[in-house]
Amino acid sequence: MRPEDHVGHGHGHLVTFDPTETEPDHHDTPPTHGRAVRIGIGGPVGSGKTALVAALARSLADRVRLAVVTNDIYTTEDADFLRRNAVLPPDRVEAVQTGCCPHTAIRDDITANLDAVETLEERFGDLDLVLVESGGDNLTAVFSRGLVDRQIFVVDVAGGDKVPRKGGPGVTTADLLVINKIDLAALVGADLGVMTSDAHRMRGELPVIAQSLVHDPGATDVGEWVLAQVGAVRAAA
Amino acid sequence: MPSLATLVLSDARFPGGGHVHSGGLEEAVARALVTGVGDLGTFLHGRLRTAGLVAASFAAAAAVAAGSAEPCWAALDAELDARTPSAAQRDASRAQGRGTLRAARASWPSPVLDALVAAHPRPHHPLLVGAVVGIAGGDPVEAAQCVAYLAVSGPASAAVRLLGLDPIAVNAAIVAMAPTVDEVVALAVAAADRAPADLPAPGAPMLDLLAQSHVRHHREQVRLFAS
Repeated sequence: MRPEDHVGHGHGHLVTFDPTETEPDHHDTPPTHGRAVRIGIGGPVGSGKTALVAALARSLADRVRLAVVTNDIYTTEDADFLRRNAVLPPDRVEAVQTGCCPHTAIRDDITANLDAVETLEERFGDLDLVLVESGGDNLTAVFSRGLVDRQIFVVDVAGGDKVPRKGGPGVTTADLLVINKIDLAALVGADLGVMTSDAHRMRGELPVIAQSLVHDPGATDVGEWVLAQVGAVRAAA
Repeated sequence: MPSLATLVLSDARFPGGGHVHSGGLEEAVARALVTGVGDLGTFLHGRLRTAGLVAASFAAAAAVAAGSAEPCWAALDAELDARTPSAAQRDASRAQGRGTLRAARASWPSPVLDALVAAHPRPHHPLLVGAVVGIAGGDPVEAAQCVAYLAVSGPASAAVRLLGLDPIAVNAAIVAMAPTVDEVVALAVAAADRAPADLPAPGAPMLDLLAQSHVRHHREQVRLFAS
């Protein structure tokens, strides 16, 4: 605890006996411009959300000021992956504990995620973009509009080519649907043509991007979509 | 009749960030101190009579303060800090206070909230609950009831999620605690008009240690709840 926080209380707070005492954050730079654009990345377990975040962090690092919030069920797992791969400096990644309910933390009660986003904004002051990665969840999980400005839903060919047809709010309403790991389609017997046509049928005019991070480690198409959204949200603000 | 504010604040669906806190229950489960509905009831009983009584007392006092001309928010905040020796528990209380404040600003805007935040930017959770109940015209009894109930309903919900307990049996265990809840609320309300320093201060060393251990284990392994 910083002593100056408590000057004026008159209640003996200047002295702390607790070596483990923590304040949530020691950075206190106020935001210098409007808040960062927030983009949620959701989808089932193992569909490649963290790999997509890592790819975007690498490919967008020179183009936007970026930070990441992760909600993995094992919380530190994704954060450690992102830090270990030197994709982002450690203090640009915040991990959220979701109390066994990843969908609640991005939809019904977004408090923990808002706290994490605001912590990053206060820490860096000049962020353009915060990516909020949800924990792996089911097809009904979507982000609250109170938490994110846009959302990407990630499914993969190995999850079965029926997934887009099954629908659910993630597939049908996300601002972008990503069909991931298309390099595996032949190996798992998935019909990519069926997946994309089902996806377009379920989503109407909303965009769909099929990609393979093996073939395109920078997630170029998704990255361009993300940059366009940052511009669009900023322009509308 | 309870105010709508009290019902909303005690609803598990209230978006104040409570669902990511287990009140020490996750650490107790990890240590096999709580394994089923029976020992969950024992855990909740102990929590209610200690941490629950402290929280209910400060919520009741905050409801009084919300209606007073010169509310002593800084003193209440400092006295609650002093009754919460675990840094992890203080963090958990202030995190839920911040979340409740965010929702309260939208639902119950009031100069009372501004004055509370002037004392500390992240006020303790029981102070927020008491302040909102007071703003909405509720009395200290409601504030104490709400916080006493939350002191057991949060960990009970965590137990359902972590241990796969029968939610109907857990609900019955909470309802069976009604006499103790009433007792705690009566003690809290009886103290609500006292000076902050004279509010009840029962300790729960085991809960303090569980909270600290929870944070340490999260750094080394994994904990699914924030506290």
